[in-house]
Amino acid sequence: MSRIKLATVWLGGCAGCHMSFLDLDEWLFELAKVAELVFSPIADAKVFPEGVDVALVEGAVANEDNLELIKKVRERSKWVISFGDCAVTGNVTALRNPLGDPTPMLKRIYLAANVVTEGVPSEKGIVPALLPRVMPVHEVIKVDAFLTGCPPSAARIQAALEPLVKGELPKLEGEHIRFGQGA
Amino acid sequence: MIKSHSDLEIISLEEKQNTAQYRHRVMCCNSTACLSAGAHGVREAFEASIKREGLEPQVQVVPVGCMGLCSQGPLVAVKSRLPNQETGGKTETLYHSVNPELAETICQEHLANGKAVEAQVLSPELPFFARQQRIVLANAGEINPERIEDYIARGGYQALLQALSTMTPLEVVESIEQSGLRGRGGGGYPTGKKWRMLHEAQAESKYVVANGDEGDPGAYMDRTIMEDDPHRIIEGMTIAAYATGAQQGYLYVRAEYPVAVRRLETAIRQAKRQGLLGNKILDKDFGFSLEVRIGAGAFVCGEETALLASIEGKRGQPVLRPPYPTQRGLWQSPTMINNVETFANISSIIQKGADWFRSIGTDSSKGSKVFALAGKLNHTGLIEVPLGITLRDIVEDMGGGVAKGRNLKAVQTGGPSGGCIPEAYLDTAIDYESLQHLGSIMGSGGFIVMDNDDSMVDIAKFFMEFCRDESCGKCLPCRAGTVQMYQLLDKISKSQASLDDLARLEDLCDMVKHTSLCGLGQTAPNPVLSTLQYFRQEYLDLMTDSPPQVADKAINYEALGEG
Amino acid sequence: MPINLNINEQNLKAQEGETLLTVARREGIPLPTLCFLEGLSVAGSCRLCLVEVEGSSKLQPACALKVTEGLSVKTATERLKRYRKMIVELLFAEGNHVCAVCVSNGNCELQDLAVQMGVDHIRFSYQFPERKVDLSHPLFGFDANRCVLCTRCVRACDEIEGAHTWDVAGRGQSAHIISDMAQPWGSATSCTSCSKCVAVCPVGALFGKGVSVAEMKHQPAVVDFLASARREQNWHKKEEQ
Ligand SMILES: Cc1cc2nc3c(=O)[nH]c(=O)nc-3n(C[C@H](O)[C@H](O)[C@H](O)COP(=O)(O)O)c2cc1C
Ligand code: SF4
Ligand code: SF4
Ligand code: SF4
Ligand code: SF4
Ligand code: FES
Repeated sequence: MSRIKLATVWLGGCAGCHMSFLDLDEWLFELAKVAELVFSPIADAKVFPEGVDVALVEGAVANEDNLELIKKVRERSKWVISFGDCAVTGNVTALRNPLGDPTPMLKRIYLAANVVTEGVPSEKGIVPALLPRVMPVHEVIKVDAFLTGCPPSAARIQAALEPLVKGELPKLEGEHIRFGQGA
Repeated sequence: MIKSHSDLEIISLEEKQNTAQYRHRVMCCNSTACLSAGAHGVREAFEASIKREGLEPQVQVVPVGCMGLCSQGPLVAVKSRLPNQETGGKTETLYHSVNPELAETICQEHLANGKAVEAQVLSPELPFFARQQRIVLANAGEINPERIEDYIARGGYQALLQALSTMTPLEVVESIEQSGLRGRGGGGYPTGKKWRMLHEAQAESKYVVANGDEGDPGAYMDRTIMEDDPHRIIEGMTIAAYATGAQQGYLYVRAEYPVAVRRLETAIRQAKRQGLLGNKILDKDFGFSLEVRIGAGAFVCGEETALLASIEGKRGQPVLRPPYPTQRGLWQSPTMINNVETFANISSIIQKGADWFRSIGTDSSKGSKVFALAGKLNHTGLIEVPLGITLRDIVEDMGGGVAKGRNLKAVQTGGPSGGCIPEAYLDTAIDYESLQHLGSIMGSGGFIVMDNDDSMVDIAKFFMEFCRDESCGKCLPCRAGTVQMYQLLDKISKSQASLDDLARLEDLCDMVKHTSLCGLGQTAPNPVLSTLQYFRQEYLDLMTDSPPQVADKAINYEALGEG
Repeated sequence: MPINLNINEQNLKAQEGETLLTVARREGIPLPTLCFLEGLSVAGSCRLCLVEVEGSSKLQPACALKVTEGLSVKTATERLKRYRKMIVELLFAEGNHVCAVCVSNGNCELQDLAVQMGVDHIRFSYQFPERKVDLSHPLFGFDANRCVLCTRCVRACDEIEGAHTWDVAGRGQSAHIISDMAQPWGSATSCTSCSKCVAVCPVGALFGKGVSVAEMKHQPAVVDFLASARREQNWHKKEEQ
């Protein structure tokens, strides 16, 4: 049986979802039998490849790099799954949204307080510029399924991946979809 | 104190004698529309030049209410005691677009020499006037609304006297039932049925309330009635109190209508002084007092339960019905709420009879309705027409059609709760049911005509913005739904929306319409639904396959400057 | 008087004057609610408990609908489910709900509703409103970001405690809860610090100070206990009798 091409993507999030992914422990060996991890922050791939079957996207779309990457992910993947609350709702990453345009905040942190750096860090190609508003992934691209939780527990991730590796979209329900929780 | 028919007759005769001593009476419109067009200066110019010509003993200047054709104001009518040859034997001449210079000319030529200034005369045969049937506006433009004598001279308070001295309360209720009168506040609920409910309610105290909140954008039907003929409303309410057993009444008027408030208060004072309000009205064993209550101008306070909360001094937001106000209203007592135009019909029904009223209108909807014509018409203003007239007659005949070279597209009725009726359906005879059938409503009388320059999406967006801003926030579907619907309409109007967005808009319309607590939310989707029903292509033309995914641009760090 | 009614094709008996919600709960028929709380007056504002009534085109809130002889209702049609799901989504979209850092995470009626309705993402655009947090009270806190405007606190404080500290100000999307005349809660002289409002809040908007993420447990049943104890003049807890 040929393995599906699985990618995991890390946008504006704390990497907790990926930690939780690693919590799958020995089931990762089962997963490896049916899925090939072609792109991931925990794998050494620089370019998001073509022909991905399933992309798990952690984090919200918060900066220019996130935006560029998520568009590529959409183009090159059959299914995109919002992975964790930041991807699904904006969550902690979007806590800044009610304050509006982040410019005054950046100025206050980097110019007024001026503790660590000189000026607002803006090295081209190194520090991506923030978007004025953090967006959940489905506000930017079409998303095929949602995996909630902050972070989603290993059990919940497994429950989503099991149908995915068989070529089916997951239908999580009940406690498996509760926001904020991992259960 | 007026106690009898002859007391009324005496006032009426004195008043008629009074006016008969003048050769000409110059009726200057003193309503808001004409005032904003400079009517005040016109009246002053008349007064000054009449004085200069030494015509004071022969000519009286009277400030009167709205004559209707507001788009051509300031309007001035000259009423002459004797028909004169120069004006073709007429006793009444109506001038449009009068300014102070013209006032002077009219004074010198018409008032002094009996020669009308023909160039500025409006023909009474103009369909705008000729096709009206004025019942509630019968006195508007004819009397000085600040004088009770003017009202009495035109038959005022005869109906009250008739009801009190010749009819039992139940007979009054029955007469209103038979007339077929329906509520003019929008819903069209049978007025007599409501009166009967209050009549039958057993309680120590009962209330009648007139709804003069009139929050629809662009509406001024009720304001005109209140400003131009306040006694007609008071008389209607007093008859209602007699019929239903209420001892106390409230006139709820928005604070944005200071002139209406002042005139109603003046009228109440005058009526009290004449024994037409208070204890022992017309020397009968019947008392009724009336107070004006001023609302802060929230649209939702026109909703009856919110209005009652507001009168009680609470936050003006709707509460669940049942219980209905006629069961439990003001301070837990049975209360009946009617629109001011509804009350303004009462005296005529009592005087001329239910059968007369029934003879006007359609099978389901009797009498007349006041509409505020606005939009792309040649003549705009206030009209009162018999129900059953077609939309096309109003638009093309009375309104004079749309400007040359333009195409009539649709008529919007019912304001933010109504819908857009396309040109193809304009031959529909207006009544409550026919408009509803077309996806709109009668509403309180808004009537906006649109031509091909008007975007239906923009119209829907305008009304949705209004509902969003006027939602009281009590129930979730309206509070949050109007926000989302507005944002989607905004996106569509800017060609940034996808078919998914359109589907989401339709889902929201369906949900908000069926789940909102009060009429505001329940009808807020109507302008969207009706434009989607008839003008869906306009929405589709604005769709895009590639909505700008991130409309906003990233922060420009260079612009932040160096530390 | 006993009457007959029909819920979801099931014939049932009830007492005249009872609400449909009371009957449904007794019979174990699930109905989502948010603004309703046993022991408080009925607001009928969240619209989650709407049901379809045979012979009427208008949906009726079960929390306010008095049962009558022959009443026939449906409580879980596809249409009702669709509306309820949208209502829950709109509640999430209009406030700022960051469950992961919320005191009520895991003990929240809004979360529960999302689970029940199958809400795994929000289809409507988040409004990200700018809202206040009031920590001026020595014992309690109020985070308006999580307030769903159910007005349970308003009613509990007014009807059970008699203090009437809370009220609603503003309208539409700016409607919000205020204490006294829009003063900080800590300087609201009407507040007796009885904690009833905190007990009844369905979400993480009102909380006791010192609780951390997921530690806040509300006690909404307290108002029913107090209301019925007063009614029946019996102050023993039911279990203790
Ligand atoms: C949001 C809303 C606004 C309303 N505004 C008015 C109003 O300004 N004037 C009015 O007479 N009725 C208004 N109504 C209708 C009233 O609730 C009520 O039905 C009416 O005053 C009854 O009088 P009627 O039977 O004479 O029409 C409004 C209803 C809603 C839901
Ligand atoms: S429908 Fe709108 S105006 Fe009416 S109660 Fe609900 S929120 Fe208030
Ligand atoms: S109140 Fe409930 S839904 Fe809102 S953030 Fe807290 S736990 Fe989540
Ligand atoms: S603590 Fe008690 S008195 Fe104070 S606001 Fe809450 S319910 Fe009211
Ligand atoms: S603070 Fe809590 S109880 Fe009060 S209205 Fe908001 S959500 Fe309801
Ligand atoms: S619980 Fe019935 S409307 Fe909120």
